[in-house]
Amino acid sequence: MSYQIVVCAGIVPDPLQTLEPVSTPQGPALKNEAMLPAVLDPWAAHALYEANHLAKNMPGSKVYLVSLAPKAKLQQVLMTIAQKVSFELIALDGPSTGFTDSHDVAAALAAAIEAIPGLDKSRLLLFGGWESAARAAGATLSMTGERLGIREQFQGVDSLTVGSDGSFEIRERVEGGKHLVSQCSGAPAVLGWATGNLPEPPNSPQVGMQNMRTVMPALQKAKPAGVAVTQQYASVALPKQQRSTRIVRDVAAAEVARELAQWIRGAH
Amino acid sequence: MPTTVRTKTATLKTLPGDDVRQIMWRYADRFDLQMLATSARAVARGPVARLVASGARNTHEWTPEKASLLKEYDASGITAAFMDSAYGGYLEGPKNMALSLTAFELAWVDGGAATASLAGCLALAPIHERGTEAQREEYMKRCSPALNPEPARGAFCLTEPLPYVGVETGLLSGKVKIVEWKEGEEPLLEVNKRGRFITNMGFANFVTAAVESADPRIKGSCMVILEETDPGIYDRGGPTKKMVHQLSSTNDPVFQLKIPASRIIGGYQVKDGVIVPHYDHAEIIEAVFRRTRVGVGLMTAAKLLSAIEPLLRYHRDRFRGGESTTPGTPRYDLGLQQKEDVLHRMLEVWATGEAAASLGFAAARIYDELDPIEKEKHRILTEQGTGRGMSAMRALRKLEPDAVKIVKEGGSSDSPLIQYLLLDSVANVLCPATKLWNTGHGANELREAVSLMGGYGITEDCPGFLVQKWTDAQLEATYEGPEAVQRRQLSATMTNEVFLAQFETWIRDLRAIASRIPATGACALATAMQMWLWTLRHLQHAKDADGNKLYQSARQGVTFPMADALCWLMSARQLILDTMELEAKGRDNPSLSEGFDGLMEFYTDLCSIQSARTAGEVGRICAELVFGYNRHTQWNDESCFHRQELVTLEAIIPGIEAVASDVVEDDGSHPSKAGPCVSFTGYAEFQALRAKMDGCVTGSQLAKDRAAESLIAVMIPAALDYPA
Repeated sequence: MSYQIVVCAGIVPDPLQTLEPVSTPQGPALKNEAMLPAVLDPWAAHALYEANHLAKNMPGSKVYLVSLAPKAKLQQVLMTIAQKVSFELIALDGPSTGFTDSHDVAAALAAAIEAIPGLDKSRLLLFGGWESAARAAGATLSMTGERLGIREQFQGVDSLTVGSDGSFEIRERVEGGKHLVSQCSGAPAVLGWATGNLPEPPNSPQVGMQNMRTVMPALQKAKPAGVAVTQQYASVALPKQQRSTRIVRDVAAAEVARELAQWIRGAH
Repeated sequence: MPTTVRTKTATLKTLPGDDVRQIMWRYADRFDLQMLATSARAVARGPVARLVASGARNTHEWTPEKASLLKEYDASGITAAFMDSAYGGYLEGPKNMALSLTAFELAWVDGGAATASLAGCLALAPIHERGTEAQREEYMKRCSPALNPEPARGAFCLTEPLPYVGVETGLLSGKVKIVEWKEGEEPLLEVNKRGRFITNMGFANFVTAAVESADPRIKGSCMVILEETDPGIYDRGGPTKKMVHQLSSTNDPVFQLKIPASRIIGGYQVKDGVIVPHYDHAEIIEAVFRRTRVGVGLMTAAKLLSAIEPLLRYHRDRFRGGESTTPGTPRYDLGLQQKEDVLHRMLEVWATGEAAASLGFAAARIYDELDPIEKEKHRILTEQGTGRGMSAMRALRKLEPDAVKIVKEGGSSDSPLIQYLLLDSVANVLCPATKLWNTGHGANELREAVSLMGGYGITEDCPGFLVQKWTDAQLEATYEGPEAVQRRQLSATMTNEVFLAQFETWIRDLRAIASRIPATGACALATAMQMWLWTLRHLQHAKDADGNKLYQSARQGVTFPMADALCWLMSARQLILDTMELEAKGRDNPSLSEGFDGLMEFYTDLCSIQSARTAGEVGRICAELVFGYNRHTQWNDESCFHRQELVTLEAIIPGIEAVASDVVEDDGSHPSKAGPCVSFTGYAEFQALRAKMDGCVTGSQLAKDRAAESLIAVMIPAALDYPA
């Protein structure tokens, strides 16, 4: 049993950065977003690590990373991501601000996936993030799956177990810290990952050097995705909640949990 | 030539990121280096920072927690960055930039962690640079994480004799003698050595050690490889009780070991019954240190630049949370940034960090360029039967006039030997300059950074570990050759005519930059360079008041300050060159285009600030040296008029009595002033240069005011990206 695992992943500003919405002639944007350091969307990154793990356990499987982002910014992000797991990059050049229409982005992604040479939809697993840190609605992955004709879709996935007959057991997050366990006959399927169970792989420049053989040509021939911010926004604002960073040391986990619980009770 | 005129002020929008650094330090097209840098960064801001934050530095011992970093280095490709691909490495070609970037990234969080990573390379470097094929094969493979789950670790043991006993570092404490030499067999040697301050010694499996002969059957000195399994004493010794760099292992070992002669690095030949090592220890050390010292200088540069973000955050947030400080007030929004002194001093820290990094990476690039040419030079000289050492130097010296001529005519040469002379002469200045200025002056500026954090700065909780970085810098200024060693090297290499010929062309280049972008301060810097050159030429021929030659090896009061001044010049120049590179290539980078004007304005202002400071330093040093060795005139000197003498002269030159000021009266009294004025005859050119240079710093304080606006406006992340 082998799979073609396509991971859809955008890039977002580094979570530590201070974000401020601004209006531009092209529509709403974040202040200085192009100049801020970026990372792979954290939820999609988990999907990539899970894809890599699955591919390693299923000989003959291959991982593709499909990303719609400004080329130059994507290149910087890949200097880190390409060191973590092996994949073949399919790059689309376009905005990754989160203010684009999911419908347009899904159409561009689906077209790029359809164009993968030797694509076998019967072996296709479409991975991505259940949520996004790009202020997106979290609908892009589902729509991309629909366009590819994949009806088996799972969101908030924390684990995927492949049975000996090729069937899947999938655990999706539901309320109250519980999981919905589903059975699926096998590929093709769409899996929108939550955090999964795998740690972030360490960087390995050796892996990166191997990936770069395909990453750089893919970046060079990345075509404009043809998506733009066309819709009107009445207003754009950051969530009201303010970040409050406090550094503590030598505090037991139980004490941290107690304090958090107290804070949550106070917040309600 | 079009002139860029700045009509409005744009400010820096975000802190300079990888896009900016890759252009300035010329590795935008080196993806291998970019990945190594991000990989080292992840280790630095992850495991290293967590160790420092948890107090791992509070012990001298090599602990399991500290040892865990070695595994992190192995897993992240840091250890293998030094290896050639045949031995599990992944970087092709010279590795100077690679090691420099690694050291830079690790030192951003902790200098000791950077030292630990470099020390492994340092142990292998003698074998890599001068070892035999068999030695390279064995030790590179054993140390490669790709080929061994538990790679061997090495330590480099030069060892100066114990301090405070009045010996020079040229002397070695280690001895080697022959204990057994059977006919037709390899000699068995005994090595006796006491090491001091040996990095990695707490865990090293082998040591590359410098020793000198204690046996008439061994010629001179050499380096040998000692194994922990060799028969005899391999005592790691106690940990050195150093107050800095505690994440690196440092011990004072003792060795008394029997080793085969095949462990002499680079091999040997037997001549008339005497073992003659192919390389003496000095040759090997020279080949090693001239490269690794660059990385040390860059460590301090990284720490200076790492101080910027925590300082900005501290200054802005200083008064927030207080009852009387409400949002929207200047006190709340700007905090200490309301105060000009805070902004101006911080800009000096920032400009120093930028200049230090520019200088260090320029040196690293030169060595990457030099490495293949040096090998080619070696091949050609061997083919010619010239030999090595002094005979090779003599052969090359004959070519120096050709090299100077080519530079002066603005030409180039296909000859590898000429290319070598040109590059080597610059490398021989940039390397010690990086080591000396970055760490020495850098330490002073790190102290400034600590003081800008107020009382918080000297606490363990200070974000960015600033006090540790400051004190660590003192060790960086010391190991691999302390400041005096670097000054001594510079005082010899900076008078190389091949270097000085290029130096003159650099002055013209800076004038061209100043013509196009006056705000860079390139004009002030060019004049400062001209003044330095004038002063050097003057000192090379001038004598002091007692008739003693000024520019000579023993006269360190002359040569060393000139070396210091040159370091200022080289670093400020390199910052301007890197800023010009950013100007040329940055605008086309889509990630930078949005805020490019502000970015360029800010870097141009930093250049101006640094050039003005450099001009001030160079002017002071040169003036002291040019005038300071002349004896001040006295009231009884011939230069003073006596009243009676003036009365006589008045008859011949009417009015002279009225203009003469230094007059001794008949009763011996004289005007109440500090002393008779000195004569400046012969110094008109110097005085003109001095006056010109003072004028050239025009606008530098305005640049500081402009750049200060950027400090107030620039966006910074919500928190530091490593624990503190």
